[in-house]
Amino acid sequence: MRKRSLIPLVYILFLLLPIYWLLAMSFKTTNEILAGFTLFPQTFTLANYRTIFTDPTWYWGYINSIIYVSINTVLSVLVALPAAYAFSRYRFLGDKHLFFWLLTNRMAPAAVFALPFFQLYSAIGLFDTHIAVALAHCLFNIPLAVWILEGFMSSVPKELDETAYVDGYSFPRFFVTIFLPTIKAGVGVAAFFCFMFSWVEMLLAKTLTAVYAKPIVATMTRTASSAGYELGLLAAAGTLTIIPGAIVIYFVRNYIAKGFALGRV
Amino acid sequence: MRSVNQKAWFFVLPVLVLVAFNALIPIMTVVNYSVQETFGNNQFFWHGLGWFQDILQSDRFRAALGRQVLFTVMVLAIQVPLGIVIALAMPRKGFWVPVCLVLMALPMLIPWNVVGAMWNIFTLPKIGMMGYFLNDVLGIRYDMTQDPVAAWVTIVVMDVWHWTSLVVLLCYAGLVSIPDAYYQAAKIDGASPWKVFRYIQLPKMKTVLTIAILLRFMDSFNVYTEPFVLTGGGPGNSTTLLSIDLVKIALGQFDLGPAAAMSLIYFAITLLVSWLFYTLMTKDDRR
Amino acid sequence: MAKITLSKLRHSYMARPQGPADYALKEIDHVWEDGGAYALLGPSGCGKSTLLNIISGLLVPSEGRILFNDRDVTELPPDKRNIAQVFQFPVIYDTMTVYDNLAFPLRNRGRDEATVKARVTAIAEMLELTPMLGMRAAHLSADNKQKISMGRGLVRQDVNVIMFDEPLTVIDPHLKWKLRSKLKELHHRVNATMIYVTHDQTEALTFADQVVVMDLGVIVQIGTPRELFERPAHTFVGHFIGSPGMNVLPCEVKGGAAFFRGVQVPLEGPIVKSGARTEIGVRPEFVSLGAGGIEARVRKVADLGRHGVVEAVAGETRISAIVHGPMPSPGETVRLDFRRDMTRLYADGWIATEAAGG
Repeated sequence: MRKRSLIPLVYILFLLLPIYWLLAMSFKTTNEILAGFTLFPQTFTLANYRTIFTDPTWYWGYINSIIYVSINTVLSVLVALPAAYAFSRYRFLGDKHLFFWLLTNRMAPAAVFALPFFQLYSAIGLFDTHIAVALAHCLFNIPLAVWILEGFMSSVPKELDETAYVDGYSFPRFFVTIFLPTIKAGVGVAAFFCFMFSWVEMLLAKTLTAVYAKPIVATMTRTASSAGYELGLLAAAGTLTIIPGAIVIYFVRNYIAKGFALGRV
Repeated sequence: MRSVNQKAWFFVLPVLVLVAFNALIPIMTVVNYSVQETFGNNQFFWHGLGWFQDILQSDRFRAALGRQVLFTVMVLAIQVPLGIVIALAMPRKGFWVPVCLVLMALPMLIPWNVVGAMWNIFTLPKIGMMGYFLNDVLGIRYDMTQDPVAAWVTIVVMDVWHWTSLVVLLCYAGLVSIPDAYYQAAKIDGASPWKVFRYIQLPKMKTVLTIAILLRFMDSFNVYTEPFVLTGGGPGNSTTLLSIDLVKIALGQFDLGPAAAMSLIYFAITLLVSWLFYTLMTKDDRR
Repeated sequence: MAKITLSKLRHSYMARPQGPADYALKEIDHVWEDGGAYALLGPSGCGKSTLLNIISGLLVPSEGRILFNDRDVTELPPDKRNIAQVFQFPVIYDTMTVYDNLAFPLRNRGRDEATVKARVTAIAEMLELTPMLGMRAAHLSADNKQKISMGRGLVRQDVNVIMFDEPLTVIDPHLKWKLRSKLKELHHRVNATMIYVTHDQTEALTFADQVVVMDLGVIVQIGTPRELFERPAHTFVGHFIGSPGMNVLPCEVKGGAAFFRGVQVPLEGPIVKSGARTEIGVRPEFVSLGAGGIEARVRKVADLGRHGVVEAVAGETRISAIVHGPMPSPGETVRLDFRRDMTRLYADGWIATEAAGG
C-alpha cells in the first residue's frame, strides 16, 4: 500500500515543479533571472506584481477575462438546462442526431473558426466586446454543459417529476424549486467546466478583441513577444491566472471526478 | 423509458440557436472561401475543388498532418496508460483524496498560453529549472530552440503535464464506482491482481475511458496554443503542427482559399476518427 | 468440507476499543458442524456481516481464533481458506460468458480444461443455467446473475464452507421462493457446510437446520427453527421471530410464582434464575379467549382468513392472541388464557424457567 501511493506522489511533484518555477520567478528581479539559475529568489521582490496591479492595461486584462468568462458560464448553463432536461426526459424528432451534432462542435479546431469568427462578429458590430467572446465560447461550452447536465438529470428518477405534477406543481415551479436543487451538484460541475474552458482558451479570445475587451491571455502574449527580457513580469501575470481556477476548483473538489463519469457516451 | 414529446424542441431551441449561430455561419463562410479564389480588393472567383486538390497534394500539408498525427499518437500512448496507472495507485478514500484531485486538476485550469509560457521559462537553458538541470547538472545538451528532438520531447512532456490528469480523474471516477464486493469476490475466486484489473477494473472503466480517449484525441489533434507559444513551430518547421500551419496560412498570409479548404479537411479528419472510435468502442453495448 | 470452530472471537473496528460498546462482536464461541445448513439471523447492525467476513477472511478479528477442522486459519487471506461467498448484489464478470464466469475460480487455481468443463457442466445443470452458458453474463437478469455467483462457489468441489450474505436482496419476490428452495436442494446434493446470513426470518427458518440469532454483537440463541419458535431463550428472539412476536408482560415474582397485575400466571415449571427485571413471555399462538385468565380490553382485530389476530390491552400492556373461530369486536372485554407449558418467565431478558419434568 505504502509503495503504491508513491506513484501519485511523484506525479503530483512533477505537476507542481513548473508551477513552482513560475511562482519563484515572479518574485525575482530581471537581473537575477538573467544572471543564472537560482532555486529560490535571492532578492525577493514584489515589483512584478506591483506593475500588474498599477498598470491598467495589465489589470484590465484580468477584469475583461473575468467578465466574459462569467457571462459565458451563466449563459451556457442557463440555456443548457432546459435542453439537457429535454434530452434526458423526452424523445423527439431527431433527438439523437441533434445530441451528436452538438458534441461534434466540441471537435471543431478553434483554428478553423478563428477567421470566420472575426468576420462574423465584425459584421454584426460586436467585435472587441465581452459579449463576442462570451458568445463564441458557447460553441464548445454549451455542448459540454448539455452533456454533463444530461448525465446528472438522467440519474434522477422520472417518478420525481410525476409526483410533483400530481402534487399540482406547474412545470416552471417544479423545475426551479424541486428539480434544480436535486441536481445542484451537476449544475456546479457544468459551471466549473464552462468556467475552465472559457478561462483557458486564448485563440478565439485574442482574435475577437483588440483594445476594450482584451483578455489577460492576449495581454500576456504581446508582452512575451515584445520582450523576452521581462520574464519576471510574465511569470507574475501567469501566476495570477492560476488563482481564479484554483478558487473555483476548490468549491467543486468533491464533484469533479463525478462530472464526466455520469455523462453518457 | 423516455416519452415522446415533440414540444421538447422548444427546450432545445435556445441551445440550437446559439450553437448554430456559432457553428453554421462560420462553417458556411469557410465552405464559401474554400471554393473561391481572390486577388485582393474583395474580388472572388469560383475555383471549384481546386484548393482541395492543391492541399491534398501539397507536401507542406502532408508534413504538417504527419506531425499532428505523430503528436496525437505519442500523447495518447503516454497519457492513457500513465493515467490508468496513477488512477489505480490513488487511495480510494480519506483526507488525501480531495487534496490529490485538486492538485492534479490544477494544470488543466491554467490558460493555454500561460502553459506554453510557463514551460518556456521552465526549459530555458542556463536559467530555467529543467534547462539548467539537464545541461549543467546532468550534462545532457538540451536546447529546444536549436534541437528538433529536444523541441519534440518538450511539447510532448508539456502535454503530458497538462492533460494526463484528465485521464486520471475520469479513470478514478470509474474505479471508485466499483463496489467492494467485486474485489472480495475476486479474492475468494483466487484472481491475481492482473486478472482483477483485466476482468473487473478495466470493464468498469470502459465508459469513462472511452470519454477520456475521445476528449484527448479531439483536443490533442486540435492543439494549437501551447506548442505555438512554446516553440513557435520551430526549430525550422519541426514542430509546425497542422493547426499551427493553418493559422499561419489563414491569419499570417491571408491565403483564405487554401486555409479554408485545409480547415475543412482538418475538421473532416477529426470527425471521422472520433466517429470511428466511438462506433468501435460502443459496438458491444448495443447488442 | 470442514468443521468450523470459532474460539473466543472478538472484533472491534476501532484501533483502541475502550469498553464492550466499542466491539461489533462480543466474545463468540461456537462450532459449525461439517455439512450443516446454518442461518445467521439478526437485525442490521447486529454484527452478522462482521462475523461472516471474519470466517471468509476478509477481516482479521481483533481477538480469538478460527479453526477449519483443526487448522488455524485466523491470519489466512480468503483465497487460501478455500471458501466461497455469495454477496448481496450479484458479482459477475461482465465481459465473460456464463461459462467463463463459472470456470474462473477453477482456472485461477490451475485446473486443467477437462476438469473445468466437467465441473462447469455439472453445476450449470444443477442451477438450470445450461441454456445460457454461451451468453455474455452482463445481459442476464438479476436472479440468473445471482445463480452464477452461487455457481462460482459451488464449482469448486473442495470448499470448506459456502457463505451467503443476504443473497436474495435484489431478487423479485416471486423468484425468491424458487431460489430459496433451489438452495435447500443444493445443500442436500453437495452436502457442503453452508452459512446463510439474513435479517429475514422466513428465509432463515426455511433454509437452515440450525439458526443462529444475533443481536448487538452477541449470539442470543442457537437452535432449530422449532426451538426458536417454541422456546425462545431471550425475549429478543421471541420478538424477532414470529409474527406477531411473543407477548412480553412485566411481572412480579413472589414466592416462586409470577404475578401480572396482581393475578398469578401459571408457568411451565420452576423458576431457576432471578433478575432485576422479570417478564412473562408467551406467544400469541398459545393465547386463547376463554372464561378464565387475564382480563383485557380488545383494541384491534384483524381477520387474516385462516385465523384472526386480536390485539388487547391489559392496563398498559399489549397482548396479542391468535384466534380460530368467532372474533370479538373492538371495545369488548375478554379473558385471555395462556397455555401453561408455553408460558415462561424471563429475567433480565434471559429465560428463567425450566420445563416441568425437564
